[in-house]
Amino acid sequence: MAERYGINHAIIPNIALKFKTYTLHMSLTIDDVLRIAHLARIEVTENEAQATLTKLGGILGLIEQMQAVDTAGVAPMSHSQDVTQRLRDDVVTETNQRELFQANAPAVENGLYLVPKVIE
Amino acid sequence: MQWEVVIGLETHVQLKTRTKIFSGASIAFGMEPNTQADAVSTALPGVLPVLNREAVQCAIRFGLAINAEIGRRSVFSRKNYFYPDLPKGYQISQFELPVVGRGRVAVQVPSTSSGQAYEKVINITRAHLEEDAGKSLHADFHGMTGIDLNRAGTPLLEIVTEPDMRSAAEAVAYARQLHELVQWIDICDGNMQEGSFRCDVNVSVRKLGSDKLGTRREIKNLNSFKFMQQAIEYETRWQIETLEDGGSIHQATVLFNPDTGETRAMRSKEEANDYRYFPDPDLLPLEILDTDIEAVRANMPELPLAMKARFEQEYGLPAHDASSVTASRGMANYFVAAVSALGGTHSKDAAKLIANWVMGAVAAKLNEEGRDITASPVSSQQLAGLLGRILDQTISGKMAKEVFEAMWAGEGTADAIIEQRGLKQVSDIGAIEAIVDGVLAANAGMVAEYRAGKEKAFNGLVGQCMKASRGQANPAQVNDILKQKLAG
Repeated sequence: MAERYGINHAIIPNIALKFKTYTLHMSLTIDDVLRIAHLARIEVTENEAQATLTKLGGILGLIEQMQAVDTAGVAPMSHSQDVTQRLRDDVVTETNQRELFQANAPAVENGLYLVPKVIE
Repeated sequence: MQWEVVIGLETHVQLKTRTKIFSGASIAFGMEPNTQADAVSTALPGVLPVLNREAVQCAIRFGLAINAEIGRRSVFSRKNYFYPDLPKGYQISQFELPVVGRGRVAVQVPSTSSGQAYEKVINITRAHLEEDAGKSLHADFHGMTGIDLNRAGTPLLEIVTEPDMRSAAEAVAYARQLHELVQWIDICDGNMQEGSFRCDVNVSVRKLGSDKLGTRREIKNLNSFKFMQQAIEYETRWQIETLEDGGSIHQATVLFNPDTGETRAMRSKEEANDYRYFPDPDLLPLEILDTDIEAVRANMPELPLAMKARFEQEYGLPAHDASSVTASRGMANYFVAAVSALGGTHSKDAAKLIANWVMGAVAAKLNEEGRDITASPVSSQQLAGLLGRILDQTISGKMAKEVFEAMWAGEGTADAIIEQRGLKQVSDIGAIEAIVDGVLAANAGMVAEYRAGKEKAFNGLVGQCMKASRGQANPAQVNDILKQKLAG
């Protein structure tokens, strides 16, 4: 099926690798879900966390199955297309559009974007 | 108990490009806030990053300069964290596959009150390309924080060392050497005040003889070598005292406060450091071909170590002199220009004389006035003009000092000053003999002392002769003639 969508097989073990720590622990806990949500700054309620846990568990289950595929000799892949980065000449092409961009901002002063106070 | 400090550095070097790493917005310093914050820097929806070729070439230059392996295929990753001066919610950086791999920097650690100077090789783990963040201004804007995104997207090369350094002196020597190197190969303007060269220093301590690393604390954002030295020394003492008092070190990020001379933990919640790197789908892998590397290599300047070896060989300079005149690109350019201006038939003598003056009088004046050699009021050509007059015996070395001072003060060329002040050395044998005769006649006491075996009296007589000639007599000739006359 992956082939039908033109997806290189190698990307699959690569994704699995990212979740390896979780798959090794067999399954996610509610705490894992809350932690991931916090890191992504997504607010989830207890109920949503439970539902998310079930959904994520299903995805990780699939990844676990895919990890069974023998990928020996397959180079890890970092992009779905087999092309490389094109480079740009070091030439200024952008002009000052501050007025335009800041028209969109909730608060600005002296050319600065204002955001809620950041406390270190 | 004996403790050992273990230090590793991460240095952010701002690359000398015209535009940002992923967009065509200017990176000029000191512009009005957000006037260089284009759609990519402000992370407007729908924008895509396009990599700057010049930034890649700078990275390759650095890789070649430290004899590192260049990553033929390197990958950009997203480093995810939330901060208002990072509007995308991630920094584009490199993780598993950096553009520059392992390399080495040979560092001259200067002598201190407790030890001799020595050379140490510091291993570079990697160097990778990444974008800078914007600036948060915490001055009070009605209880809010101001954000300037002009700096967001500025190309950086982050250079990471192995934990190879064992003292603040070694760490500072490495940082200074790296600072000179990135300017030498022209990838960074080296301006520390403007943040073009910033160091994070990882410090840990362990019992001497142990091969296990202690828990480290990271001192962030040091932008002066003096502060680096102070911060490492304070941090080292603090860690040792904490351990000796039975405490333990927790991994943390600390800031150095120049006013108190202390380091203080910024955040200890290590959860904040879960960056969840993953390859950025907006950027394709960067492929660097042999032809790319060779093109960069063809434009590399001669590197300091190679130049040092050449100076030793070509001009017979002692190792110490050759090191000194290649300590910075500006110094080396000055030296080379002076040698070629003076060169000619006696180029070895000329080179040694120039080295002496560059390390001596010129360096002292520059130091005194806090100037860089590129801003020296006495140009390399002018210095060559002065030293030429020593070599052809128009003036003595002592006179030359006086002329040099006048040149520094902007009074003109060496020849003009010598002429104006009548400093021309007297080498006419008849004239010098007359002076010597006069001195001998007037100082019978000293002559008698000398004849009675008091060698010191001879120097006194030379001094009298020089004084009588108002310093203009050729000292070597005075010596010879005086000896002849006293023997006679």
